[in-house]
Amino acid sequence: MLAGLTGRSRFRHLPRTASGKRATSGRAIGRVAKREQRAAYLFLSPWIIGLVLFVVGPIVVSIVLSLTNYSIIFPSHWIGLQNYHTMLHDSIFWQSLATTLTFVVYSVPLYLIVGLGLSLLLNMKRRGVNLFRTVIFLPYVISGVAVAILWSSLLNPQFGGVNWLLRHLGIANPPLWLQSPTWALPSVVLIGLWSVGGGAIIYLAGLQNIPAQLYEAAEVDGAGPWQRFRYVTFPMLTPTLLFVLLTGLVSAFQVFDIVYLLGGPMGGTGSALNFYLLNLWTQGFGNGRLGYASGLAWILVLISGIVIVAVFKGASRWVYYEHEGN
Amino acid sequence: MTTIRQAPETEVPPLVIVAPSRRQVFARRGLAIFKELCWYLVVLTVCAFILLPVGWMLTAALKPDLAPIYTFTPQWFPTHYWHWNNFYRAMVYPLFPFLRYTINTLFVVFANIIGILISCSLVAYPFARMRFRFREPLFYLLIITMLVPWQALIVPQFFFFYHLGWYGTYLPLIIPSFGGNAFFIFLIRQYMRSIPKELDEAARVDGMSYFQIYWRIILPLSIPVLTVCAVFTFIWNWNNLLGPLLYLNNNNQFTIAIGLANMFQNSANAKTNLLLAANLLSMIPPAIVFLAIQKRLIGGIATLGLKG
Repeated sequence: MLAGLTGRSRFRHLPRTASGKRATSGRAIGRVAKREQRAAYLFLSPWIIGLVLFVVGPIVVSIVLSLTNYSIIFPSHWIGLQNYHTMLHDSIFWQSLATTLTFVVYSVPLYLIVGLGLSLLLNMKRRGVNLFRTVIFLPYVISGVAVAILWSSLLNPQFGGVNWLLRHLGIANPPLWLQSPTWALPSVVLIGLWSVGGGAIIYLAGLQNIPAQLYEAAEVDGAGPWQRFRYVTFPMLTPTLLFVLLTGLVSAFQVFDIVYLLGGPMGGTGSALNFYLLNLWTQGFGNGRLGYASGLAWILVLISGIVIVAVFKGASRWVYYEHEGN
Repeated sequence: MTTIRQAPETEVPPLVIVAPSRRQVFARRGLAIFKELCWYLVVLTVCAFILLPVGWMLTAALKPDLAPIYTFTPQWFPTHYWHWNNFYRAMVYPLFPFLRYTINTLFVVFANIIGILISCSLVAYPFARMRFRFREPLFYLLIITMLVPWQALIVPQFFFFYHLGWYGTYLPLIIPSFGGNAFFIFLIRQYMRSIPKELDEAARVDGMSYFQIYWRIILPLSIPVLTVCAVFTFIWNWNNLLGPLLYLNNNNQFTIAIGLANMFQNSANAKTNLLLAANLLSMIPPAIVFLAIQKRLIGGIATLGLKG
């Protein structure tokens, strides 16, 4: 209110618009409002500085570095687009890209569906459900390193628990898992399934946000369990699904810890676990080709950017917002 | 088929309530019990999938050095060996001093929690409760930075910190947290928006500055969401492998994540039972902090809403 009063005097020279307001750029800015603005930017300054130093700066620097043959030890030169040229003819690059994309295509939808299924189960009122929730969520907080160490033992082809179970189920020759080029990638997908409960937490929160009246109304209209899911639960949950899909995609593009442990810097048997970020790390910090690794980084930012924009564009078709535009 | 079955129902006058026959009641109850049994079967299977591996690891961790870790039939629960001493031995293992690693990790974790809590609450406050120019575009920028694959930026960040002379120190692992984290800023902003606006206005009338409002009114009211952020920071930093792997070069500086990775990759020099004991120990602190806030977490996410 005070801002409006002082604002009128400051912008008296400006012509009035049709709505009766002075035509300043946007809202009339008074002394108090100006002080508020200055204070706001002061509060924002840690983030703005951090953004420039740790996000925008590195993105720009990675473009510049990618045009050089920068390494820590030797003096660097401007080499133009040669790094990108090398990349196009580097079978390891293509293989790491293919591995990561295959992982994304299999793991993201699988984790999305399994997480949703688990959260639907855990949203029911049954005795002991809180205990089950805790158990199912717990692996989410355990590090990739610890999970990799645990599962490399369980997936041991001769003595591991997984193959013991498979033999008991009548599979005479169970897969060699991490020691086989064909089964190494599915192994990583399987291991990720162990900590899929993390997504279930978010779905569960989304499920608890759905008003009970909607279900009551659906039941009065004679909707069965499947119809209640199809026409109430699912539409109301789509914003949550979009969120989990986006964060799942971003993290699937940057798998590192598990494959670094299970496959080592070269990506294990037949380089089957040579994920994109692992290749970036090996090229940059193993082989000292930091310029080339910058190029790789920039390409990854670009690819994941394209995928995310595509998901956002597609989202308007299937994501339902209860309060449109709020 | 369905039309024939539905036909008798439509004949019943709509407002007459017919008591279900005894047989119907039993059938309904039977179905309910069957459904409940199925639910327990599925949920218990999932829990077994999660817990049996941990049981196996505990069994192996409690074995003496000479007992085989792998047996033809996996032992999912400890029955024979109870060498609890192995946990102590893992902590003071000469090649991989896990006690030292734990202290280092705790230092990094708590420095990050301080950085995150200060920066994110400061930044969230104007986004939630103040008017300033470019608020909307800046907020969109914040949302976009949540989706940047930051791990891809390790090379330029390394370039930056290396030339600052921070290689081999904890600074690259700590200082970025003082620049805020988009996800936490978003979370805190959503929470701060729900605090009644009248509180600020009353405080303004009393002559409080914006900083005083933030510090004396908004911050104390935001403790629930700040706790959630602190716990997430704890878990992420406790588990972080890539950062310490890049910037630390001395065994005495290493964090638990690198310690475990090194011990695993040099398993020729390491005893597997001690590796698994250390692995199990490393899981306990994040599990405890998670258990402490689990209830608040689900409720918290639900009330914040993800719709933005």
